[in-house]
Amino acid sequence: MLKIENLHAEVDGKPILKGLTLSLNAGEIHAIMGPNGAGKSTLAYVLGGRPGYEVTEGSVTFTPSRPPGLEPGSRFSVAEEGSGTPDQVRGDEGEALDLLALEPHERAALGLFLGFQYPVEIPGISNVQFLREALNSQRKARGEGPLSGGEFLKVARLQADRLGFDMEMLKRPVNVGFSGGEKKRNEMVQMGIIGPRLAVLDETDSGLDIDALRVVGDGINRIMRAPDKAVLLITHYQRLLDYVQPDFVHVLSAGRIVRSGGPELALELEREGYAQVAA
Amino acid sequence: MTTQLPLPTRKLEAWRYSDLDALAKVWPEVPGKRETIAVPAGESITRIIAQQAREGAVIVEDYTVTLGRDARAEFYVLNTGGQFGRITLDVTLAEGAHFEMGGAILGSGTQTLEIVTQVTHAEPGATSHQTVRSVLAGKATGSYLGKILVARDAQKTDAEQSVKAMLLDRTATANAKPELEIYADDVKCAHGATVGELDRQALFYLASRGLPPAEAKKLMLQGFIAGVFDGIEDAAEREAIEAAAIAALENLL
Repeated sequence: MLKIENLHAEVDGKPILKGLTLSLNAGEIHAIMGPNGAGKSTLAYVLGGRPGYEVTEGSVTFTPSRPPGLEPGSRFSVAEEGSGTPDQVRGDEGEALDLLALEPHERAALGLFLGFQYPVEIPGISNVQFLREALNSQRKARGEGPLSGGEFLKVARLQADRLGFDMEMLKRPVNVGFSGGEKKRNEMVQMGIIGPRLAVLDETDSGLDIDALRVVGDGINRIMRAPDKAVLLITHYQRLLDYVQPDFVHVLSAGRIVRSGGPELALELEREGYAQVAA
Repeated sequence: MTTQLPLPTRKLEAWRYSDLDALAKVWPEVPGKRETIAVPAGESITRIIAQQAREGAVIVEDYTVTLGRDARAEFYVLNTGGQFGRITLDVTLAEGAHFEMGGAILGSGTQTLEIVTQVTHAEPGATSHQTVRSVLAGKATGSYLGKILVARDAQKTDAEQSVKAMLLDRTATANAKPELEIYADDVKCAHGATVGELDRQALFYLASRGLPPAEAKKLMLQGFIAGVFDGIEDAAEREAIEAAAIAALENLL
């Protein structure tokens, strides 16, 4: 699904990523942990294509399994929990794309979703309008017809309900006046509505209380745990991993992956600290 | 309409940012309305002004409005057409009257567009509320000159101005000039003015959700001017002016 090789990137001329190599297969959830300044958010932004994050070396290949978006066979119902069947294509058989050559909106239309650590407030535009236009832009890029207002609201209501997000909040301007936790929930609602193949979630757990953490964790599992999807979960702490069980855990330090392992690595990090494990 | 007055010069504060060369070409036959409106005590009016003159045109519209006791006037202005488009509102408020103005200035190319208001709180207890949003591209100049005059015995005056401009290119110019002249001592006059550019972080956020750059910009600009026309009660009229504004925004991108 995603193959990052020897990735070097800099911001304002300062090298941040220094030879990062990482592969994600469809059906897998990977957690990236690491101390402040290790390059975690930079990795997320580089994958999303944020201007100013310059790749100086290396490559990123994205192989979406099948077109993202709503599940086939139902025009406006969304993915049900565990909708993938075991014999379904695992999904590394699509076309391999040079992710770095694509514009941010093209990456989105191909199925990449970036969950922001600090979701942006946009006054004057309602969540509903923003998401409907975003979803329809993606659909258009994929040659699909637009969803009508009614169809969209049905999808949006379903996702909002499941994340305990008041429909009234979806009618309010994007993230304006939302608490930290509400913004993160809103990211998950957006992810549910958009239905990506690959989610890169940058500290989606920060700013969440225990209850919200559970809701967001359940959301990630429900929306993204499928044989043809993958998640790159960027986090500081182990606690989100209590709800979203990663298949692999990587330690990012000084711009490189310095250790990889199974879920037990997260516990070891929590116990012994980054300094010890990354040394 | 023909005017007897001499051609204004840049020394006049109210014409300081105007396109006087364009004006000189048509002077003294200046196209546009000169209208005097008196709103009787207790009554209210709503006026929607959509200045969408053809390219290259010069248009100057002057409205002189007098509000009687407890009267109410709402003006909604879309100033987007012509080479030089100027709309002036000279409003005088009697006791307890209210003046509401929502203006959008949307310009590109070498357009000069301006809204000039003078609101005189002549008697106590009158209120005024003005909101102006400008979006300027290319080498356009957009100006809002808003003068508030509070007479000596116009106590309990409440006057508010909110002016924000967005520059899409560094070559565009926005002028925002609030001016207060207050002779009473128990008044509330608030004004705020900002000039900014589209937030790159927000544009990236929208792009990351699948919106192409032009769509993302359009959506943000739509959000920026949102609210200017919210006060229009008639839904059909409101939607018509909003649609005209959105069409004008599309032309800027």
